[in-house]
Amino acid sequence: MNYETVIGLEVHAQLLTRSKMFCSCSTDYVNAPPNTHVCPICLGMPGTLPVINKKAVEYTIMTALALECTIPEYTKFDRKNYFYPDMMKNYQISQYDAPIGKGGCLAINSNGHQKKINITRVHLEEDVAKLLHRGEYSLVDVNRSGIPLMETVSEPEISSAEEARDYLIKLRTILRYLGVSTGNMEDGSFRCDANISIRPAGSKELLSKVEVKNMNSFKAVYQALKYESKRQRKVLEEGGTLVQETRGWMDEKEVTVSQRSKEYADDYRYFPEPDLPPLFFDRAWIEEIKARLPELPEARKERLMAQYGLPLYDASILTSSRAMADYFENCLKLTSPDKAKIISNWLLGDFSRLLNATDSDIENTRISPGLLVELLNLVDKGTISGPTAKAVFEKMFYTGKKASDIVAKGKLSQLSDATELNGIVKQVLANNAKAVADYKAGKQQALTFLTGQIMKATRGTANPAVVREILVHELGGG
Amino acid sequence: MNKLCQLTIHEAHELLKRREISSVELTKATLERIAEVEDKIHACVTVTGDMALKQAEEADGCIRNGNITPLAGVPVLIKDVICTKGIRTTCSSKMLENFVPPYDATVIGKLKTQKAVILGKGNMDEFAMGSSTEHSAFFPTHNPWNLGYVPGGSSGGPAAAVAGDEAIYAIGSDTGGSIRQPAGFCGVVGLKPTYGRVSRFGLVAFASSLDQIGPIVKDATDCALVMNAIAGYDSMDSTSVDYPVPNYVSYLKGDLKGLRIGIPREYFVEGMQSGVKSALEIAIKKLKELGAEIDWEVSLPSTKYALAVYYIVAPSEASANLARYDGVKYGFSEQDAGSVIEATEKTRQFGFGTEVKRRIMLGTYALSAGYYDAYYLKAQKVRTLIKQEYEQAFEKCDALVTPTSPTVAFKLGEKLEDPMQMYLSDVCTLPINIAGIPAISVPAGFVDGLPIGMQIMGKPFNEETLLHIAFAYEQATEWHKSKPEI
Repeated sequence: MNYETVIGLEVHAQLLTRSKMFCSCSTDYVNAPPNTHVCPICLGMPGTLPVINKKAVEYTIMTALALECTIPEYTKFDRKNYFYPDMMKNYQISQYDAPIGKGGCLAINSNGHQKKINITRVHLEEDVAKLLHRGEYSLVDVNRSGIPLMETVSEPEISSAEEARDYLIKLRTILRYLGVSTGNMEDGSFRCDANISIRPAGSKELLSKVEVKNMNSFKAVYQALKYESKRQRKVLEEGGTLVQETRGWMDEKEVTVSQRSKEYADDYRYFPEPDLPPLFFDRAWIEEIKARLPELPEARKERLMAQYGLPLYDASILTSSRAMADYFENCLKLTSPDKAKIISNWLLGDFSRLLNATDSDIENTRISPGLLVELLNLVDKGTISGPTAKAVFEKMFYTGKKASDIVAKGKLSQLSDATELNGIVKQVLANNAKAVADYKAGKQQALTFLTGQIMKATRGTANPAVVREILVHELGGG
Repeated sequence: MNKLCQLTIHEAHELLKRREISSVELTKATLERIAEVEDKIHACVTVTGDMALKQAEEADGCIRNGNITPLAGVPVLIKDVICTKGIRTTCSSKMLENFVPPYDATVIGKLKTQKAVILGKGNMDEFAMGSSTEHSAFFPTHNPWNLGYVPGGSSGGPAAAVAGDEAIYAIGSDTGGSIRQPAGFCGVVGLKPTYGRVSRFGLVAFASSLDQIGPIVKDATDCALVMNAIAGYDSMDSTSVDYPVPNYVSYLKGDLKGLRIGIPREYFVEGMQSGVKSALEIAIKKLKELGAEIDWEVSLPSTKYALAVYYIVAPSEASANLARYDGVKYGFSEQDAGSVIEATEKTRQFGFGTEVKRRIMLGTYALSAGYYDAYYLKAQKVRTLIKQEYEQAFEKCDALVTPTSPTVAFKLGEKLEDPMQMYLSDVCTLPINIAGIPAISVPAGFVDGLPIGMQIMGKPFNEETLLHIAFAYEQATEWHKSKPEI
């Protein structure tokens, strides 16, 4: 039988607020010693009360609006009750039936075709503490307790591991554009749980769904869902039955393992949080937030193509991060629009290569847009050659120095003087008699070799056009 | 007995201001009184004598510098459900027997700003769940008017302490009558303010949507003075309301002309003691003599559902509020267990008393999938109805008067084995918490030597009218001046 895969994703993103969700403790806990960013409120001590962080609500509204959700008249918080030692109050303040955002969507581009994934809801809750298991005992680090956590739930409309990955990347890009979350999966500030099931193609009925947890990277999400959709098909093909359960992804073994069966729905005994009155939204505030939303990646991509005539490929990559797109447009502010493709080539080429190689981000680069434009101007004026520019760029990348300084110090100005070059060409020809003979025998590649030797002799500064002219002349061709 | 401990706040204040007494003398007198009668009354869980005397010295210093507030230097007992920095806050539970909060409740901070002297912590029903203070995990408190009787609850310790002159005044909490019912049983004045009038920050939560802190005092003037100090918006409590706090003392007037007082018939319930009924009738007559217009035609028909609503809403909230006591972070912790789940279970099994466990189970059940709509949601709807009925009643009345409890204090042990009977002793006070409105209990007579409480209910954020009526009634009667022989 032919089966189709049905996936729904729940994404938890820590919000980049300065203080926690319900108290004034700092959220900057990642490098802090355990239990240093805590207070009676986030420790859940008796008699303490939560106070809503307005910024967290604002960030959630921003996200909900960016995902085209409806912002209802009011929202409220609820208590989700269950016992676990990572939860200080043994209930989590979350949102049940009145989330901040409802009914949005996210467009993804998978395998070249567009698809809209509907978003069920975007809501706000508090993160829990971290348990550190030490074999015989466990330790609790409460620093994370109370960090604002925004949950985005998709409809079960994702049909493959590829789509799931694309959805996640797209969602993360939007959160980063909005500046509401770092979106880092590795440090746990962006987490994903998946519900996955299969069904006979075309059928409406869903078979038992599996919740997959413990996927700590985009790759893990992709692999786990790929694995799980295969596993479920295999179970049915071998005549087995699927059970509703929670399975954990094992990164090293590349398999999912059953954690617990979920034959009955969990009963979290949700009820309205009596310590927090419902929030009635001031529509003017919502409109003001809407007006402040930055241009989102999709719109920006379209604009870059229209405004600068960039190809889809370039525009997609340039807008994959707000910082990259900002960098690109900041460069263009300093030069003319017809340089768009050249700047894009630099950003997509050497710049990205060096950022990757050094595992750094464009936000922290030493090359400001002004410095890059200066380098391009040197090439334009013929002061340096293209190959030299690449070398100078690399120096700039590591040192942050001006291109003109590097050129002056390294005597890297382009050598275009025919008399001077003539001498060097003659020398090279004399030293490479075999290549000269090859060329004369009709081997065109010999010309490339000889050009390379000349470039080498001039440390790349020779003007290639002039060199070619002299070479052809000296070799008696053309 | 040193007579100083019998003073009211305003009497003590006058003497302190005139420097006829010092706060140290007053505090010593109160501590001596505690030493004298505490083994009979058992009102206190913790007495912080040394700390109190230090605070008294500080208060005296301020007073000498001409810096005197109405509560400066006057000793107060705090119900042990309100967090006090550096003083253990037990909620009369084994679970928190050794819990010392590193923070003060907002109310405690306000009292400290006024240079109040904290005597210690008052006994109560465990986690404020009960109506007799017999559910204290430590010991029951006895009624100063008759030691064989309960002082009411859950603020039984604070009420008995004020009645027995172990404290000049006390701070209690009221979720379903926990200030008013013991105030009534002990012959003192107790006010449950409007929900949101006083900050709950630092009040260990029982039922968050019903809990409210309030004064337990000897007369209406003291009540106004304490309210002046503790009322007001607190940014730490999102349910507190930013509504102006009047000077309550300025409303204390001797006549009731122009006020319309309603008598809701549903509160004169079946099973009401005849002595209570006749005392109330006499008291209402007195209110009329003072100039009030009495409306006997007030009806609050949904009152009969208040008890049911309360015993769904309060335990539901409690089941979540008390979930944090798991032995992991603070308080009692049973370590003899094979797993974290077993440790949590045992901690809660041994750390909580029977009544607390009963209510946690009731609440857990009421919130369970499949029952939520029938119980919790339905209860919230009825709650809205009850509120609306009060709003309607207050369209034509300035206040409503009822007994605080259908009976006077009962014997120790009398209702301990019958939770339903115990719950019924709050039948007149519960609806007020359900509606979120303010109500005060004032002494209004005796039956067989045990005090009767009259409850006056008012419009939201209209405590001043209640204090006005209480004050006028007090001026015309002597009940509040009666003292028990211990």
